[in-house]
Amino acid sequence: MTGEYTPGLILILGALVVPLLPGRVRSVYLLMLPVVAFAYLLTLPYGEFGQIRFLGLTLTTLRVDKLSLLFGYVFLIATLLGTIYALHVRDTLQHVAGLIYAGSAIGAVFAGDLVTLFIFWEAVAVASVFLIWARRTPRAYRAGMRYIVIHIGSGVLLLAGVLLHYRATGSLDFIHLGLISPGTTLIFLAFGIKSAFPLLHNWLQDAYPEATVTGTVLLSAFTTKVAIYALARGFAGTEILIPIGATMTAFPIFYAVIENDLRRVLAYSLNNQLGFMVCGIGIGTELALNGAVAHAFADIIFKALLFMSMGAVLFRVGTVKGSELGGLYKSMPWTAGFCMIGAASISAFPLFSAFVTKSMVIAAAMEKGYFWTWVVLLFASAGVFHHAGIKIPYFAFFAHDSGKRCQEAPWNMLIAMGFAAALCIGIGAVPSLFYPLLPFKVNFTPYSLDHVVGQVQLLFLSALAFTLLMRTGIYPPELRSTNLDFDWFYRRPGKWLMIVIGRWCEAAWTYCVASLARNARMIARVVYRHHGPGSNLARTWPTGSMAFWTTIMLAAYLVLSYL
Amino acid sequence: MAVKSDPNENAYWLDDRSNVDLLVRVFYVVCAVLVLIDVFVGKHGPFSVEHWFAFYAWFGFIACVTLVLVAKQLRRVVMRPEDYYDR
Repeated sequence: MTGEYTPGLILILGALVVPLLPGRVRSVYLLMLPVVAFAYLLTLPYGEFGQIRFLGLTLTTLRVDKLSLLFGYVFLIATLLGTIYALHVRDTLQHVAGLIYAGSAIGAVFAGDLVTLFIFWEAVAVASVFLIWARRTPRAYRAGMRYIVIHIGSGVLLLAGVLLHYRATGSLDFIHLGLISPGTTLIFLAFGIKSAFPLLHNWLQDAYPEATVTGTVLLSAFTTKVAIYALARGFAGTEILIPIGATMTAFPIFYAVIENDLRRVLAYSLNNQLGFMVCGIGIGTELALNGAVAHAFADIIFKALLFMSMGAVLFRVGTVKGSELGGLYKSMPWTAGFCMIGAASISAFPLFSAFVTKSMVIAAAMEKGYFWTWVVLLFASAGVFHHAGIKIPYFAFFAHDSGKRCQEAPWNMLIAMGFAAALCIGIGAVPSLFYPLLPFKVNFTPYSLDHVVGQVQLLFLSALAFTLLMRTGIYPPELRSTNLDFDWFYRRPGKWLMIVIGRWCEAAWTYCVASLARNARMIARVVYRHHGPGSNLARTWPTGSMAFWTTIMLAAYLVLSYL
Repeated sequence: MAVKSDPNENAYWLDDRSNVDLLVRVFYVVCAVLVLIDVFVGKHGPFSVEHWFAFYAWFGFIACVTLVLVAKQLRRVVMRPEDYYDR
């Protein structure tokens, strides 16, 4: 049966058994599923399999090539990390939703046609929202609602685009599409929403920090990366992606600097990292595409690591607000250490993963001579170190001692973080082992003297800026606050508009119903007049008068028949 | 779950202000050295700005100062009370 079914099904069908399993058996089973799926992945040959006839269409549920395999591997690694991290959780909902979510994401990256992609695209949205709702707070419920509306919207756009594209070309193959027709434009927009393009991004910062401690780790890995995969597959070399990506790298970091909720800071920095990938896809050269997907791979792991460390803080202390934390390195030294490895990785320190992967995208921009793009990416690189690399560990674990003391994170969380940290260093320190996974042949040397020195200068002097601003008191303090972002437009004026429109609709409805009732009453009165008791048509007639009229009729018939 | 700090807990090296100052001074020296060794590094980038003296160093510094100062002004526009959306 090898090569017949998408590996996502192992997780999706496997999830259905989870509620039946008791405690320890369930833990072993949960750990086994991604391992089994990974083993299955290793047996798959390149090619297209799993054809299904559906409504007269031929769907390809399993396309195996280097691009889909790379995402398949990293999604399963993330599933395993997330499972280990969540071993202490006794919440069936989260276990089942998490596995279906991961399975759907894997199904999406192995989809060979647009209909299969659409089905898994929606499954990703629906399964993931339960990880937000599983927090079981009113805030999480509302954030989840906003999240699911936007993601189902993205799915509807995708479906509309697919239908238009099918009508125009007669093809459902999910290959390079390009921005060439209304259909592909809608598909592009659908991908854009999920990969958090500027102004379409707010679902991310809104929803992820409201999800459960363990749920956010999975969320950070899959949804946006499915979209990055889809862009890389369908829109590589689409130039408009370069300014879009560059904007994405730059503008979220301003918010990240002033945001107090440290998991929200990470959500902004996730948005910023997606920008590097989108930019790479837009540049579209082999180096750029290698860089984009390599960075997606690295980002899944270091972002999961960072979310895990902040999740551990939330789990132990009950808050991740920068204004409430500080000095936690005394209570959680291991978590602090792993967090700093994640911070070094996202900041692209030499020997850590992004130093290799992000540099490929930047080098590709330089190679093509995109000067201003390069300047923005460089600015964003300095900025990411500033807000994710320094701010996160500094305000959580150091800064002024908040006096909070707690236990170190549970052992399973530490193992998951340790595993992720090892991968971050592995990719950064021995990239040659990682290169064969990339879709194109790699001809790139990250460890040249000028690159290493330049990068270290950039990072150290960024840190110097932070230190000086901190010690002179210019650095803005962490404050309990909400920062308005683009979601304000639909959460405030949008809401009011909806309320006003709702009132108008209600008034129109009331008017229609009232006038209908008035007319109905009039009709009822007329009917009553003719058919009601004592009215003409309801009178009882004497038998004699009926006989009289019958005689008249018969006489008339007789006369007429002689005429 | 968090409890207040125990007065009997061990003193930490970083709790001593003078140790932090020492670390910061070491850090300043490292930064200075990093800028100075720029003279000895051969540069191969395609853009001319890269060949300026310690380009990456001052770019990083200026970028971060700008980032923080702009973000600080951004607060004036976008910052609202924590329960803004809950009211």
